[in-house]
Amino acid sequence: MAGQVILETNNCTIRFGGLVAVNELNLSIQEGEIFGLIGPNGAGKTTIFNLLTGVYAPTSGTIKFLGKQVQGTKPCKISAMGMSRTFQNIRLFSSMTVLENVMTAYHVRTKQSMVDAIFRSFNHQADEKQQRDFSMELLSIFNLAQYANELAPSLPYGSQRRLEIARALATNPKLLLLDEPAAGMNPQESIELMHLIGSIREKFKLTVVLVEHNMKVVMGVCERIQVIEYGKSIALGTPQEVRNDPKVIEAYLGG
Amino acid sequence: MNTFLRIAAWFGASIVVVTILESILKSLKNYQIMGSDIITDYGLSIIGLIGVSISLAVSLQLINGYTGQFSLGHAGFMAIGGYVSAFISKTFLTGQASGKGFIATLFIYIIALIAGAIASAIAGLIVGIPSLRLKGDYLAIVTLGFGEIIRLVIETLDVVGGPRGYIGIPKFPVWKWLSVGGFEGTFSSLSWIFLFAILTIIIIHNIVNSSFGRSLIAIRENEIAAEAMGIDTAFYKVSAFTISAALAGFAGGLYAHLYAQLVPSTFNFVKSVEIIIMIVFGGMGSITGAVLGAVVLTGLPEWLRIMAGLRADWMPNWLATGFSYLPDLRMIIYSSLLIITMLVRPQGILGGYEFSLSRILGKSKKNQAPATSKEEKKS
Repeated sequence: MAGQVILETNNCTIRFGGLVAVNELNLSIQEGEIFGLIGPNGAGKTTIFNLLTGVYAPTSGTIKFLGKQVQGTKPCKISAMGMSRTFQNIRLFSSMTVLENVMTAYHVRTKQSMVDAIFRSFNHQADEKQQRDFSMELLSIFNLAQYANELAPSLPYGSQRRLEIARALATNPKLLLLDEPAAGMNPQESIELMHLIGSIREKFKLTVVLVEHNMKVVMGVCERIQVIEYGKSIALGTPQEVRNDPKVIEAYLGG
Repeated sequence: MNTFLRIAAWFGASIVVVTILESILKSLKNYQIMGSDIITDYGLSIIGLIGVSISLAVSLQLINGYTGQFSLGHAGFMAIGGYVSAFISKTFLTGQASGKGFIATLFIYIIALIAGAIASAIAGLIVGIPSLRLKGDYLAIVTLGFGEIIRLVIETLDVVGGPRGYIGIPKFPVWKWLSVGGFEGTFSSLSWIFLFAILTIIIIHNIVNSSFGRSLIAIRENEIAAEAMGIDTAFYKVSAFTISAALAGFAGGLYAHLYAQLVPSTFNFVKSVEIIIMIVFGGMGSITGAVLGAVVLTGLPEWLRIMAGLRADWMPNWLATGFSYLPDLRMIIYSSLLIITMLVRPQGILGGYEFSLSRILGKSKKNQAPATSKEEKKS
């Protein structure tokens, strides 16, 4: 599975006033792997995601995505380059239907302009159809096709999480960042999610980075895991290695 | 292709309908019912104002209703469009330049109105830029300030009359296409105004129901998620401001030529608030709601005024007396109506509902989905 490095951070640091949220982080994620990012609450995992996707710019250090430096780039540009994410607290477009949520994310690849839309040109109609077909296909992979015309917030919680992943995939990413995808799911749904992550990785040739508290999911699906505590990396390795690392045990159980 | 042709056909049909309606309304001026005029020149100008209000409210819906940015500067955009187009048409159509042929006049009108829209669009672009940094109340304050700046700048410009107002703007050229007995077929101000109102509705409807529009709504729903999904929120916010301002500018031009005069104090922030009230009353994020709000809230105060003058033989004395108090109570009725609406239906009369011909005719495109379980609904 060892391929090229798709995402790399080099001594990445971010400070919010006096608080160092992420401290000299070095990440190296290889193409095609499922990479886990774990750590106690408040360790800075979501901040790392926000750094990678461009929501925050690092105070110092560099982030390289697909060989290009991307620190300080706007989130939409990074998304267009092929990095997509889900959110810890669900951020669906709540007045839209399930289908529209996915279609909105397809917008990065749209070929129609506003003028096309106003005049309802051929281009517009072909593009709308393509968006619709693609999105429906995506929804059926996630078993959401039957809810296509329901409003997004009317879905059960687990389905909303799946919809967020589907929406993220509609941007055609190479790298998918999942922020606690199993949060609020029951054990059965968590197992289904694990299979789903594996299968979409194969299907869309994705690299996946996962932040998760549910250890069963993390240990079951990730190939490599990096452990963060107080913004610092304390361990990196296979699930087996990380599980037996004394520093990790200390971080989780307290010392 | 069907869709494009359908829009063209609808627009063509609306030209015919609008022209005929205008002709009927104008012809009715010559008739009376029970000793009172059916419609007066004043009534016609109110109908024109309703048409302008429709364009304004529907175009503001793009910023406030769909993109979720709170703009309070719509009167400013309207003023820019109005003054620029009035200046051009007055320069090229009155005084020494008057006496042009019908086609040339028409051409100058269209150029003037488009120039007004472009000037307004540029202003929209300039206001759109602070909207990138500001949200909610702060954006409202900036746009409010911008609208006031525009008004104050106009007041200092002597070329357009300054605070006294700009007078002598040419009215719409009247094209008479039929004259049989009492019936006069004309195409002028009302037709122009309502055609543009229809055009605005078509433009906004088509924008909203497209990939572009979904991006705008996504910004309203969740800006962070929209940005993460690759939507350039900066670009879309500025675009929404620009398009909306252009349409408001065009509407302002129509307004200027309807009344043949412009007074800067018309375009103070109260006017902007009026337009906001229209879309809040009708329903945020609904074109139908904006139209309803514009018609009711522009027409209502005038209708109450008309009621006051209503006296008929069959009326008991107390009713006629009651009616005569209506002009004084006009604003009280108006504001109570708004308060009641906001208490009973805070989402506006129509909420997000849209009038749809195809739904009424039963051509619903929605494929039937099984009802979802009403399970836990967190967050």
